[in-house]
Amino acid sequence: MIKNLICGAFALLVCALPGTSLAESVKIGFVTTLTTGAAVIGNDMRDAVNLAVENLNGKMGDLDIEVIFADDGFKPETGKQVTDKLVKSDDVDFVAGYIWSHVLLASQKSVLNADKFLVSANAGPSQLAGKLCHRDFFSTSWQNDQTPMAMGAVLSQRGVSKLYVMAPNYAAGKNMVAGVERTFEGEIVGKDLTKWGKDAQLDFSAELAKAKASGAEALFVFYPGKAGGAFMKQYEQAGLADKLPLYTVFTVDAISLPKLQQANMKAVLGSLTTGFWGPGLKTPQNARFVEGFLNKYGRYPSFYAAQSYDSIFLINSAVEAVGGDLQDRDGMRAAMEKADFPSVRGSFSYGANHFPIQNFYLLEVVADRDGNWTTEIRSTVFENHQDTYVADCRL
Amino acid sequence: MDGALIMIQVLNGLQLGVLLFLLAAGLTLVFGIMDFINLAHGAFYMLGAFICATLALWLDSFLLAVLLAVPITFGIGVVVELGIARQLYQADHLEQILATFGLILIADTLVQMIWGPEGLTFALPEILNGQVRLFRDVDFPVYRILIISVGLLVALALYLVVSHTRIGMLIRAGASNRRMVEALGVDIRMLFTLVFAAGAAMAGLAGLMIAPITEASIGMGNEILIVAFVVIVIGGIGSVQGAFFGAILVGLIDTLGRSFLDDLLGLFLSHQAAETSAPAISAMLIYILMAVILTFRPKGLFGPRTS
Repeated sequence: MIKNLICGAFALLVCALPGTSLAESVKIGFVTTLTTGAAVIGNDMRDAVNLAVENLNGKMGDLDIEVIFADDGFKPETGKQVTDKLVKSDDVDFVAGYIWSHVLLASQKSVLNADKFLVSANAGPSQLAGKLCHRDFFSTSWQNDQTPMAMGAVLSQRGVSKLYVMAPNYAAGKNMVAGVERTFEGEIVGKDLTKWGKDAQLDFSAELAKAKASGAEALFVFYPGKAGGAFMKQYEQAGLADKLPLYTVFTVDAISLPKLQQANMKAVLGSLTTGFWGPGLKTPQNARFVEGFLNKYGRYPSFYAAQSYDSIFLINSAVEAVGGDLQDRDGMRAAMEKADFPSVRGSFSYGANHFPIQNFYLLEVVADRDGNWTTEIRSTVFENHQDTYVADCRL
Repeated sequence: MDGALIMIQVLNGLQLGVLLFLLAAGLTLVFGIMDFINLAHGAFYMLGAFICATLALWLDSFLLAVLLAVPITFGIGVVVELGIARQLYQADHLEQILATFGLILIADTLVQMIWGPEGLTFALPEILNGQVRLFRDVDFPVYRILIISVGLLVALALYLVVSHTRIGMLIRAGASNRRMVEALGVDIRMLFTLVFAAGAAMAGLAGLMIAPITEASIGMGNEILIVAFVVIVIGGIGSVQGAFFGAILVGLIDTLGRSFLDDLLGLFLSHQAAETSAPAISAMLIYILMAVILTFRPKGLFGPRTS
């Protein structure tokens, strides 16, 4: 009797289960940094991806969206391992994410050799834009050199003749320096590449002392993540705020600003940065994104979040274009090449290397109406700007 | 490369040196006396920073936060020694490394659970945030001078305790021959707890002093601990003087290397080559230094003399 009852209960249970196991889904592996101090960036990206999935009602066409997040631990070797796992054992259809250029460079082969699509939601190393460009690789961010090139142009316009440059010593750091050197017309009087990675150098006393003694008129830095906050504090403590104006890329953002505000580092207000996006950019998709992010998480999204949000919508445009037939890789590729999706940056097109051809803006750090520190767009530096490495890309 | 810049860089090196000393002193004593390799020593550095930052934000007073955070890390040191470290003294080094590595993971995860991954930062009082003019054209941040002074004072106090008090005598005796000290009827367990907790408090002090500069972040202790190990190997394991001179030496070499190596290499290399190789070589300098010192003094500069 009891045995039968249990059998019946099981039968009911099986019937009650929705047929999820039968329905197809689109699987997206998302690699970012979810441990170490850099997890603040990874969490921002993850939150944006979750918001994008929510805004798509969990569906791409008729397929359910399944996102698997993986942690690269801020290390290229770990990044490659988790990528391998996503590709081989989870058998995802798309791999997206990647904050760090060196992690992306170490991982790209695992994805591209397995005939999967790779969408970078941040890292834009010169190699992938040039010699290593691939038909299945797409970027929803920028090539590393572009943002500092915009800053170099701004510095020249402002009549700065002597510049001091600081950046971390890794793939993206070198690209940033190369970018600003390419467009800055004055003289670079000093340059420091500092140790980066899990045991990155965070005390910049020696470098700041050199910068101060160098006779430079302005200081250009690139310090993403927690290093940015540390740098800003030391910049203020070293008394450089009124002597050596600061121009940054990817350093002062929605991640570092709340903490700088908490520590009352007023030196950062009014400092200038360049970028392809700002929270106040006036496009329908951006308004929806920023408002949704503020409502859901109670803070401004960073540019990392914006790019991650875009990456999900780019993938969505591919899946919808082929009517959910994930075997039609040519169709999906062709759809993504059109960049025909609502992007937070407005409409843009893809270059031959699948990096966006897009505008770059000058942004200033300001306090918003509620007193929260954020960045505001001041002017357009480049219109429809394409990276220079596309010339090396043979596709 | 003028005099003022060299002067500033020496001060920067000194500041890194005293921080390393505060971390290395505890490490070298624990290793020397209890023969205990504590990879998790950096956790106290991190905890000191986080506790101080939290208190500073709550109490709105940096001084009060420091005065409270140091005894709290001392207390955590006592608890960890009694609860965990004590069980490991008899184990061999490999087991100690495994166990304390596990402690690192636990500490990092605990901090992430309590404070979140983004780290903590707080404002220094206005008076510490500025610059002070040392000579004609040598300006230096007030706060970094404070770090150097506190570090040197702690070093002096530790030197006096270790070389001029009874407890210091026991510590030195323990470092050179633990068995004999036990055989003479000294309550060695009490001494162990005290040394371990004092080491934790010093590491916490170092962490909380650096927090206003770099902010408190997860894993901050592990990053610097590697360098602290280099310091105690150079200085000689178990020797407080060794830790002091080793730390100052490493601090100066690291800072001066970062500052002047590219100019120096530029004298006989192309500008481009000097620029790219200098960061890599300056990151290696302290390890090269360690290798050289170990070649000539296998037990370090102030290592225990073998008899």
